[in-house]
Amino acid sequence: MKKIFSLLTIFVFLLPLLSCSGQSTMILATTTSVQDSGLLDYLIPKFEDQYNVKVKVIAAGTGEAIAMGQRGNADVLLVHNKAKEMEFMNAGYGSKRQEICYNDFLLVGPSSDPAKAKDLDIYEALKKIAYSKEAIFASRGDQSGTHLKELALWKNISLTPTSAEMSYLSTGQGMGETLRIASEKGAYTLTDRSTWLAQKGTLNLEVISQGNKDLLNVYSVILINAQKFPQIHSKEAQLFFSWITSPDVLKLIGDFGKDKYGEPFFHLFTP
Amino acid sequence: MILSLDPELMQVLLLSLEVSGLAICIAVVLGIPSGVFLGLRRFPGRNLLITLVNTGMGLPPVVVGLVVFLFLARSGPFGNLNLLYTPSAMIIAQIIIALPIVMGVTMAGIQNLDEKLRLQILALGASKLQYFWKLIEEGRLIVLSALAAGFGSIISEVGAVMMVGGNIKGQTRVLTTAIVLETRQGNYSLAIALGIILFLIALLLNLVFTFLQQRRSS
Repeated sequence: MKKIFSLLTIFVFLLPLLSCSGQSTMILATTTSVQDSGLLDYLIPKFEDQYNVKVKVIAAGTGEAIAMGQRGNADVLLVHNKAKEMEFMNAGYGSKRQEICYNDFLLVGPSSDPAKAKDLDIYEALKKIAYSKEAIFASRGDQSGTHLKELALWKNISLTPTSAEMSYLSTGQGMGETLRIASEKGAYTLTDRSTWLAQKGTLNLEVISQGNKDLLNVYSVILINAQKFPQIHSKEAQLFFSWITSPDVLKLIGDFGKDKYGEPFFHLFTP
Repeated sequence: MILSLDPELMQVLLLSLEVSGLAICIAVVLGIPSGVFLGLRRFPGRNLLITLVNTGMGLPPVVVGLVVFLFLARSGPFGNLNLLYTPSAMIIAQIIIALPIVMGVTMAGIQNLDEKLRLQILALGASKLQYFWKLIEEGRLIVLSALAAGFGSIISEVGAVMMVGGNIKGQTRVLTTAIVLETRQGNYSLAIALGIILFLIALLLNLVFTFLQQRRSS
């Protein structure tokens, strides 16, 4: 019995060695919309090969990604909500922040378009939907960047979605799942363009409104402040930060999706 | 947070109990008789059925979720029922998860009942129905453990209910999916509160079951 116990103890102490044999790791906390676009599956292996650093990607809403950063549970963030990011930076949790690319949000909905909102400006379209008894609106409801953007849009037209005439579904799930729910329920929803492009082939939805400048969706990377959290993998994080903001990698991001979907998922800021 | 009985939290709790409660009731009604039958009767194909039940006991809930999803989706065979993303869909998935567990536990328990006891009941001239009923009465412990095992597995299940329920606030959000959501948002305190509630439900139920079992055996 004692023998088994001591063997077990040795085994438990050896476990960490197995997981970090020779390779260093870092944690990138990002949003489900980035994950669903497939961009990271394309980029991360290139970084891992070049620097022999294993990147663990945790895809959550912007809310949790930022909460992870505030606890020092992530090394780099890739998120898209400027207000929350600035709050984060001002509180000293991050040491560097850079906007790397953008895409835009669009309103999609069923082709039957019960609210007659098609091709209207986003605010007009949202008003039509809110005052239509037949309309259903599927909201992310998870404090993600997309959800926060949606709430900001409702606020700009002084509407409380839950007290409007439409049915308002709060899914509390990622963009992919929410689009699927919208498609099944015949609901309208706000989506980022990259997830939309990647999934629209399997959805019974079409674009209802797009193009307003308020629908811009800016992604930035944040390096977690190593002075505040000494436990973070700052060397690897530094490497990743300068790698993803380098011109070559930005070009890869700007071209991503072009060959497969005819238009890029993300646009770069012209210097 | 738990003590203040937040209405949203109460609603999530009630829906969890309602969905899993209904699912386990149906699973028990179907699973106990068929488990008894499978345990006692010999018929062709029985071994195959038993293998199926045992496989079902270990079936990953997400696979059940996927299958129910495909059946209920608009493009699926039952799409016109509009059941996807409703509590009914969650109940269906949970029945499928719980049924083999209830059947399997019942079957194993009934087979373990003392052979002499079974002969004794028959020797006393019981009809077939009386015989079945007497066995279940003697095997009340078995029914209780089947109930506990089945309910425990579905109240704590998250993958299938997330897929077929959709975690829609106020409609299909249950304790487990709410925990996933709150953790994803970084609301760890609320996630922990929900976790404690789930734990308390499990504890309370097991206390009741243990009490009933011990009272009978003493």
